[in-house]
Amino acid sequence: MRQRRIIPGVDPRLLIKDAAKLMPDPSRRGFLRGAASLGALTFLTGCDIIDGDTAENVLRRISAFNDGAQAALFSRTKLAPTYPESAITKPFPFNAYYDEDEAPEVSGKTYKLEVAGLVENKKSWTLDELYALPEVSQITRHICVEGWSAIGSWQGTPLSEFLKRIGADTRAKYVWFRCAEGYTNTIDMPTALHPQTQMTFKYANQILPRAYGFPMKIRIPTKLGFKNPKYVVAMEVTNTDKGGYWEDKGYNWFSGL
Amino acid sequence: MAQTISTASADTTIHPRWVRVCHWVNVLAILVMIGSGWQIYNASPLFDFEFPKQITLGGWLAGALLWHFAAMWVVVINGIVYVSLGIVTGRFRRKLLPIRPGEVITDVKAALSFKLAHDDLSHYNAVQKLLYTGVIVAGIIIVLSGISIWKPVQFQELTALFGGYDAARYVHFLAMAAIVGFLVVHVVLALIVPKSLRAMITGR
Repeated sequence: MRQRRIIPGVDPRLLIKDAAKLMPDPSRRGFLRGAASLGALTFLTGCDIIDGDTAENVLRRISAFNDGAQAALFSRTKLAPTYPESAITKPFPFNAYYDEDEAPEVSGKTYKLEVAGLVENKKSWTLDELYALPEVSQITRHICVEGWSAIGSWQGTPLSEFLKRIGADTRAKYVWFRCAEGYTNTIDMPTALHPQTQMTFKYANQILPRAYGFPMKIRIPTKLGFKNPKYVVAMEVTNTDKGGYWEDKGYNWFSGL
Repeated sequence: MAQTISTASADTTIHPRWVRVCHWVNVLAILVMIGSGWQIYNASPLFDFEFPKQITLGGWLAGALLWHFAAMWVVVINGIVYVSLGIVTGRFRRKLLPIRPGEVITDVKAALSFKLAHDDLSHYNAVQKLLYTGVIVAGIIIVLSGISIWKPVQFQELTALFGGYDAARYVHFLAMAAIVGFLVVHVVLALIVPKSLRAMITGR
């Protein structure tokens, strides 16, 4: 029932426990090692295919193949389902690999969004300049890689609109994000240009609270929650895959929905 | 393939080669799917219990997801081959149909009083027909509900068919429970009647 407990209330201890569970056990030699069922499989195949770097390499290669399969399945025009206000999950859960008290505190006054890479205009953006961008709204389902989901209301400007304004080369392969606490994320250009991919400044029509990523979150309803970075301070349009916090630890890179 | 089909009709082969290959490929793939699926379940349990870590696969959520999304290709491709050949060769029609409720009741009673005959392995009794057909249906449901959870935007129509994302997770879990329940009965009976296990290995 953990999921039920997370969604109605924000219990920091539970969230820490959840985050800890996401981390690999350092005492394990490789994170793919298991126990009884692995033994059974080893027994059945007559060889120790599970234990070791070979299995991990094969699985990571299949995960890369799955990135391609998901990119092929991804539709640039298909929209994520939207919901009425009555469907919004209240309160919307805080979720991170750290406690809510440890969430970054970004000063709105000194904040500047850094823009880098394959763009014509690399000037930084103040919050007032970002707030002046055209606003769109969406009520969509946030789906966590753990399996639980919650419906939220986000307002901001389409990322595609912003990329157009800064003269981004949209033939580039990726957009990379860096966050105040050091979290990073890379997304594919087709997803960056999807009409629902949003630079989010508000939650439920209020300035984004610290818990939900003040001052800016990238809301991507076509990707799992961990591919929706919060506290974003820099973005780069690039042809180099710079990976990301969870992706580098073994989670699937594309993680599309 | 023509050869295995003709030997099947020669009355000596109980399970043609394609059935045996599909069966054992499925055994491996489904063990990986279940073990990793239990680990994935533990990340956000639907009910008030978790699977003991010792019987899960992957070590942690990311490892389990890597296993699950690798073995899914094997399960799906093998499943498509098996169901297609089952239909095309007429094996499903010959072996699994018709399922008559009256016969099912009679055979369940006979089975519970240990009087159900197993002399002819090439002929399925009504309980076997029902269970084998049922597990094929559960297999189709677990794949479709799995696709609904994996791609609830790209395949949102399918997800809606299961009652939405959250409901599809329950369907996926219940289909797993049905398959695991089948496996327990299936393996116990195969061990009680060892020649049925031999037939699935050698064909005879």
